[in-house]
Amino acid sequence: MSAVGMTDTLCRLEAMLLIRAYEETLVEFQRGGAPGTCTSVGQEACAVGVVGALESRDRILTNHRSAAHLIARGADPGRLMAEVLGRVDGYCGGRSGSLHISAKELGVVLTSTIVGGELSMAPGVALAQKMGQGEPGGITTVFFGDGAACEGIFHESLNLAVQWQLPLLFVCENNDWQAFVHRRETMPDNAIADWAAGHGLPVATVDGNDVEAVHAAALEAVAAIRADGRPRFLELVTYRLRGHFEPDDQAYVDADELARWQARDPLQSQADRLLAQGALDADEFAQLREQAAARIEAAMVFAQASAWPDPRTLTHHVYAEQGAHS
Amino acid sequence: MTRMTIEQAIHQALAEEMRRDERVFLMGEGVATKRRDLMQDFGAARVRNTPLAEAIIAGTAVGAAASGLRPVVDLLFAPFLTYAMDALVNSAGKLRYLSGGQFDFPLVALSMTGSGWCVGAQHNHNLEAMFVHAPGLKVVMPSTAADFKGLLKAAIRDDNPVLFFTDLALLHQEGEVPDGADHLVPLGQAVVRRVGADVTLVSYAKTVGVCLQAAEQLQAQGIAAEVIDLRTLKPLDETTVLRSLRKTGRLVVVTEASGLCGMAAELAALAVTRAFDALRAPVVRLTGPDAPGASSWVLEQAALPTAEAVVEAVQGMLGDAVVVREALATT
Ligand SMILES: Cc1ncc(C[n+]2csc(CCOP(=O)(O)OP(=O)(O)O)c2C)c(N)n1
Ligand SMILES: [Mg+2]
Repeated sequence: MSAVGMTDTLCRLEAMLLIRAYEETLVEFQRGGAPGTCTSVGQEACAVGVVGALESRDRILTNHRSAAHLIARGADPGRLMAEVLGRVDGYCGGRSGSLHISAKELGVVLTSTIVGGELSMAPGVALAQKMGQGEPGGITTVFFGDGAACEGIFHESLNLAVQWQLPLLFVCENNDWQAFVHRRETMPDNAIADWAAGHGLPVATVDGNDVEAVHAAALEAVAAIRADGRPRFLELVTYRLRGHFEPDDQAYVDADELARWQARDPLQSQADRLLAQGALDADEFAQLREQAAARIEAAMVFAQASAWPDPRTLTHHVYAEQGAHS
Repeated sequence: MTRMTIEQAIHQALAEEMRRDERVFLMGEGVATKRRDLMQDFGAARVRNTPLAEAIIAGTAVGAAASGLRPVVDLLFAPFLTYAMDALVNSAGKLRYLSGGQFDFPLVALSMTGSGWCVGAQHNHNLEAMFVHAPGLKVVMPSTAADFKGLLKAAIRDDNPVLFFTDLALLHQEGEVPDGADHLVPLGQAVVRRVGADVTLVSYAKTVGVCLQAAEQLQAQGIAAEVIDLRTLKPLDETTVLRSLRKTGRLVVVTEASGLCGMAAELAALAVTRAFDALRAPVVRLTGPDAPGASSWVLEQAALPTAEAVVEAVQGMLGDAVVVREALATT
């Protein structure tokens, strides 16, 4: 089966498979002691559903759990892995590692691993679009977690976006975990949507493990933002299936809760949907998986063959070369 | 003496001080998850998981400290302190003074930093000097298990706000720790880790190890380096540094933090203003670069002061003296 002629629904499954293969390959690699990543295993539908609703003129901000957003946006898994391994061919030349990968060429800007950092910068990115920077009609999407909604900056960001009528889509991936603390310890149950609504934002709360539902909601929100230039808020209800970062034995996680969500794996759900529709058969599904695995295997080979950055470049990029961008 | 890791030393200090004084309590993002045994021993009221919100964690600590409690807050990684900066710098550091001394702020803010984990600059930033610069705060950054335990206990008993920094790479390092719940290391006292008469190497946290390695290599060349571990950055133990400097006449300061306006600059100023007559060579600062911490292993390593660089700096300072000594040895 090839990408040509594939339905969008199938493409979304393929994208999720690629993300899963990427992250699971890294997890395996990190068992050898390399610095661990924060995976989005279980949350792939959020990234694929939302990013697929955006256009190239749109901008994306993300955080420590960014691999799915980047891959959904078309990032090269080889360059992502090279970055995670600290190699020169990584998107940030090895300076970022996994936690702050930006790829300006893809419109993925200003990734911050300071929780709330993305929320603090997103209004400025959207303001620049509103004030004529970038391609006309572009909007900004900011991905953040339920934990970030606990930071004061969350409210400041929403309030400013509403008051200044910024073309900004807030996407909260509510995965019930804030590192090693369960969301129930930090906020009332429906707090996130209520808070957003309290700031005057139109809010949609969606099953974040259903990529088609996420995609439909994102398309609607994006269209609404383009139409009136005002912000919208999506709460995607999902679950972090792996630990906060690798390795993490998840000893603090309720086993029943985890099992309930494992049974709702977004990849399997999408595959089941396609299988039920007859749009995919078991062999084709297996083939899609193999294709994803092969791409990621090649990506890992590329990353490991990539050179280390030259230590003499240590202080490059700290300051702008005056005039270089003017 | 008991052998334990620095992580264990920190944990013991917390447990002992919570047992000793019921006003001491612990809060932070995940402390109750990670220090489950403390939660079980002292109850959920005294070991609190917080929402993910450093500004309110620190602010709450300041308010509670002024009102009779003795909070210890775990702010995880030093770069996250910037969210807590208002409460720590503007409130804890200033409101004792601005209130004419009406309030005490007995609180400890824990955080980790330092290279070695390839986590990049938003987790690894040795920004301790920012807090040294802020009036009203004390700053501690130890290097051995015994000091971690003794200084943390002393910090919890201190009536001032204390920033307590842990160099990440040291967490699993082991050391001998004196037994008993009354092992305290007073804030404001440096320690001479190695005695020598030719040059004074001053450092803190994991670069103390770099200085000790350098001293070992220098010894083989007949150069006796004295190594001082500051342990507390503020209040700074000027006496110990000056005493050594008057003996050696040469000062090398080694920090992982960048040099501009940092501890190395402060110590150079101390040497020049208080021991100028004793100086036999210009002060040398070996520090991290004026650059954010990179994630890539090779760049992270390239940013660190090495024992070889210390040795080279000392050889440069001692150039003539070494030649003279070698000449004496051959005659
Ligand atoms: C300001 C700040 N505080 C704490 C952390 C440590 N930390 C990293 S991710 C995380 C949990 C974030 O939870 P959430 O926003 O829900 O995102 P998720 O990890 O679930 O995707 C924490 C506490 C950080 N990086 N930045
Ligand atoms: Mg979360």
